[in-house]
Amino acid sequence: MQPFSHLRNFINKDRVFDFLVPEKSINIDTSHNVLLYVEGLTVSFDGFKALNDLNLYINDGELRCLIGANGAGKTTLMDVITGKTRPNSGTAYFGQTHNLLTKTEAEIANLGIGRKFQKPTVFENHTVFENLELALRMNKAILTSIFYRMNSEHLDRIAEILDLVNLKQHARQMAGALSHGQKQWLEIAMLLVSEPRLLLVDEPVAGMTPQETEHTAELLTSLAGEHTVVVVEHDMAFVRSIAKKVTVLHQGSVLAEGNMDDIQNNPNVIEVYLGESH
Amino acid sequence: MANAINSSFLSMNNTTREGMLSSRGGNVFLALLVVVTLLASVGNQLFPAGSALHVDTYTITLLGKYLSFALLAMAVDIIWGYCGILSLGHGAFFALGGYAMGMYLMRQIGDRGVYGNPDLPDFMVFLNWSELPWFWQGFDFFPFAMLMVLLIPGILAFIFSWLAFRSRVTGVYFSIITQALTYALMLAFFRNEMGFGGNNGLTDFKDILGFDLQSDTTRICLLLITAACLGVIYLLSQFILSSKFGRVIEAIRDSESRVRFVGFKTENYKVWLFVYSALIAAIAGALYVPQVGIINPGEFAPLNSIEVVVWVAVGGRGLLYGAVLGALLVNFAKTHFTGILPEAWLFALGALFVGVTIFLPRGIVGLLSSRNKSMEDKP
Amino acid sequence: MCAQHIYKSEFMYTVLFKLKKLAVFFLLTLFVAISSRAQTSDIQTAETSDSLTFEQLVAQMPSAKLNDLSEIINALELLSDDRSLVLFEFMLEGKLYFIEADNAVITLNEELNGGEAYVATNVIDLSIIARINDDEIKKIRVNNKLRIQLRKAIAKFTLFSKNPERRKTAVENLMSNLTLDNIALLQEATASEKNTAIKNKIELALNIAALQSKNIDEQKLAIKALDGELHPEVRGALNAIIEKDSDGNYLTQDKQLIQLAEAALKKIDSKLEFYGFLERLFFGLSLGSVLLLAAIGLSITFGVMGVINMAHGELLMLGAYTTYMIQTLMPNYIGVSVLIAIPAAFIVCALVGIAIERGIIQFLKGRPLETLLATFGLSLILQQTVRSIFSPLNRQVSTPDWMAGALQINPGLSLTYNRLYIIIFSLMVFVALLLVMKKTSLGLYVRAVSQNRDMAKAVGIKSDWVDAMTFGLGSGIAGVAGVALSQLTNVGPNLGQSYIIDSFMVVVFGGVGNLWGTLVAAFSLGVFGKFLEPLTGTVLAQIFVLIFIVLFIQKRPRGLFPQKGRSAE
Repeated sequence: MQPFSHLRNFINKDRVFDFLVPEKSINIDTSHNVLLYVEGLTVSFDGFKALNDLNLYINDGELRCLIGANGAGKTTLMDVITGKTRPNSGTAYFGQTHNLLTKTEAEIANLGIGRKFQKPTVFENHTVFENLELALRMNKAILTSIFYRMNSEHLDRIAEILDLVNLKQHARQMAGALSHGQKQWLEIAMLLVSEPRLLLVDEPVAGMTPQETEHTAELLTSLAGEHTVVVVEHDMAFVRSIAKKVTVLHQGSVLAEGNMDDIQNNPNVIEVYLGESH
Repeated sequence: MANAINSSFLSMNNTTREGMLSSRGGNVFLALLVVVTLLASVGNQLFPAGSALHVDTYTITLLGKYLSFALLAMAVDIIWGYCGILSLGHGAFFALGGYAMGMYLMRQIGDRGVYGNPDLPDFMVFLNWSELPWFWQGFDFFPFAMLMVLLIPGILAFIFSWLAFRSRVTGVYFSIITQALTYALMLAFFRNEMGFGGNNGLTDFKDILGFDLQSDTTRICLLLITAACLGVIYLLSQFILSSKFGRVIEAIRDSESRVRFVGFKTENYKVWLFVYSALIAAIAGALYVPQVGIINPGEFAPLNSIEVVVWVAVGGRGLLYGAVLGALLVNFAKTHFTGILPEAWLFALGALFVGVTIFLPRGIVGLLSSRNKSMEDKP
Repeated sequence: MCAQHIYKSEFMYTVLFKLKKLAVFFLLTLFVAISSRAQTSDIQTAETSDSLTFEQLVAQMPSAKLNDLSEIINALELLSDDRSLVLFEFMLEGKLYFIEADNAVITLNEELNGGEAYVATNVIDLSIIARINDDEIKKIRVNNKLRIQLRKAIAKFTLFSKNPERRKTAVENLMSNLTLDNIALLQEATASEKNTAIKNKIELALNIAALQSKNIDEQKLAIKALDGELHPEVRGALNAIIEKDSDGNYLTQDKQLIQLAEAALKKIDSKLEFYGFLERLFFGLSLGSVLLLAAIGLSITFGVMGVINMAHGELLMLGAYTTYMIQTLMPNYIGVSVLIAIPAAFIVCALVGIAIERGIIQFLKGRPLETLLATFGLSLILQQTVRSIFSPLNRQVSTPDWMAGALQINPGLSLTYNRLYIIIFSLMVFVALLLVMKKTSLGLYVRAVSQNRDMAKAVGIKSDWVDAMTFGLGSGIAGVAGVALSQLTNVGPNLGQSYIIDSFMVVVFGGVGNLWGTLVAAFSLGVFGKFLEPLTGTVLAQIFVLIFIVLFIQKRPRGLFPQKGRSAE
């Protein structure tokens, strides 16, 4: 009888197919004021431990900087959080209820975790406008996409963001034709129109002029509070200009955490960063 | 101010990229389709044989065959050109649609077969089968058969692509698996025990919905129906692909992982696009069979499927009418070449594969559009 | 998966085998002719003066009555002329005739025009008569009594022959016909036999005879003596012992004998089952080795370079045609020609491969789907070229003598040499390739380029050159595989097409870029397919294997042995 009940379910007029269900408002439980819990995370590639029992807690509304040498595990951590890499062990929760390790990239993105990649990745064969259209926060089911018509609310939103990142005059241009810095901006713009709860920003200022860097710093600090922002950056001046709290990664685990001055005076950090050259 | 921005965005939305070209080319294509099929029908019906304007029935059938191939090419273009998924097994969906139609036509023969058995098709009598297998039941009912034309290939495409895309089988791997799919089906259909006529397939059809398949009027009707299907499916596909759905699909082609990080479930998009494309292929197969009068396991041959890809490549992928153009050109060439120099056709086809991929990656339409562009740039 | 082709080839074997039997027969007659001439002088000294010669005796046959024939046979037996054996055998089969015109006695070898005429051999001088009409000849009649006499004569003649091989076959023939007379003959032979192998065989035959006797004690002894013996006659005799009548009662009363027989049968059956398993395993491994040979070149070009070469199958075909060409160039040295074909096919295919790489593939770098299409087009061109040059028909590549026949391990298990050699050969190719990849500088460069092209370029490796060489290597190995295939299947323009999907499946299943993976995948798919075959039939087995791989890729998209690491993405 099992198949018949399935069939009856299927035929049932009241049934709403998954792809027709409007996106539920996602409830993220941050009652302990922590948005992201990462505990005991270990990722190894062929015996090399990119992450080694890493623990990290990001508070809701915080702006956190992650620093560390190449290979310290910053990008791998972002990969795990966004669902690109599955860890060997450990847990990662978004709020208290959403287990990130069981979700796909798309589900994680729809939960409200946005990411800007280290190497700017935009849709090069789409126009700047279309890139933003794709990134818009909205129902991303198939039928919605087929019958979607741009409404004025969305248009305004895109126009506003384009203004913010100075790409308005390039709106019709193919994204592939943009300069490296402009692509960075476009990706940030894509991140903004998707209105994520948590922004993971990987090396945002690489390839930017000092003015643009400053602009980015302003942008990121203004986002904090309403959004939660995690920035990975090598540019220490930039980190200093935005950071309230800094986490130092070393060989896949947290070496030190605290404000910029504490970090700079931390003997462990000094040893790791300067030890070899002295 | 806000209004100005809005209107500029809206107008921009319609004229992006090949927007202009595709709408202009698409209109030309639709107009040509209507004109050619109407002229051919009129030429066949109104002008007596021997008149300079007479179009003989052979040409009508040939045209109908080309148009069903064009539909098949469009199916391949939709997933390859737009989504970058190279299917080397679309012939399987084409053939399955064709077989479903063939089964209906087989049942229509009734007792007019060689053995005169009113209940069983000839090949089953030949195999000493005593009754109709369960999977042949209902195929004498036209609407049911048409439902099966869509349902069987659709379900196969769904299961197959869902399995493949869910586990993120992409690129060349996917191509090879699709080829294996059609190869396996070919082996299966060659078996007599499968109950689809084995080696000989289904043939000797008599009539469709009571109309004699050999008569000129039926053939013209089939041609017109094929042309209509091609037109309607073209418009529908154009609508789907120019929607946001289409932009997601193209984004998947260029950078699937990025699309995932933006929050689209790319697997679902790909699965449904694949099913849609398989359905078009199945419809093409169902239109093809009554016009050529036979369907056999040879249609499953991997070479057939891969040939379709070359039609699309020649015409220009990523544009629906490019696929149609390619299918018509290559098949026209094939009909003429094999007539004059049958040996040389495989050489020509092989050379076409190599030449197009190396020298003409965007096909004939791509060549035309880039020329257009450079002309636009100059003044 | 490619069981179909193997199937075809098996059919070919049987045809070949029949042809070979015919050839062996002619050679035998020829041999007899020569040796009989050489021996005549010795024999004559041994004869008494009043006895008649072979020629004289044969000359009497056309006019002899049945009783006279019996005497002639007796006399012929005494002569121990090898020609008598041929005469006896043909007479027994009813193929001994004489020409009415000159009373020459002949044997009929082959029917022409459905029995209107025959190819015949003169019994005396062994000359071949190309055509003789049905109405020109008359049969030398035989009755049952004569047949019995003939059988005995043949048995005796061969059992005491000087040639050990012939004695061995004689014992084997007698085993299926253990009449009292034959048993007596065998007992006689066992006394004089010096060759232990043959002596054991006679012993076996006598034991079987004991088993077939109705003497319970003898039967019991025989069962013990025949412990673990797999000869089919033993099984037949044991089954006869435990036979039941229509009411389900045993025919034999002795319970102990029945128990013994049943235990012995059980043992034999389990042994046979085991050997059956081994044989299937062997078939599976041989299919696997074919897959390995076909796929391993691909594993280099696809796995290491990431280049899809749909013309890979056609390179196999070219290798097979190279073998064919070399055989036609040196028709008298078939055995050597195959060995020469191996390097020749490697060179031919490697050159073609390098040409493909330089001419097509290098322009399509980083566009795998386009590469696939272009090389597919190339495969069409290659096929059509071969079809135009050699005709679309299949070509016969002959198997050298050292690859013919089978290694008879015991009556339950025999391994054909060609399959055995191909398994060994495929492993040799594999090891050679492994050494090239691990130990030579080419291998080092190839691995470097495959891992990081830009870095390899930066340290001064000419990546273009490496690409061409890698592709040449993969293609050359395909050619070598073609040589092996030519020994198993028909050589035709479509040879390669049927292997390309299978080869890809093997590479994908094993994990791209992993030679060991390819090895394991090829053998496991081969064995899997062969064990599936008896359950489902060839075609379904092939389909099931395909489905299995598709499902397998669901679970492990990167194959059995995936390349790990961050760069794998």
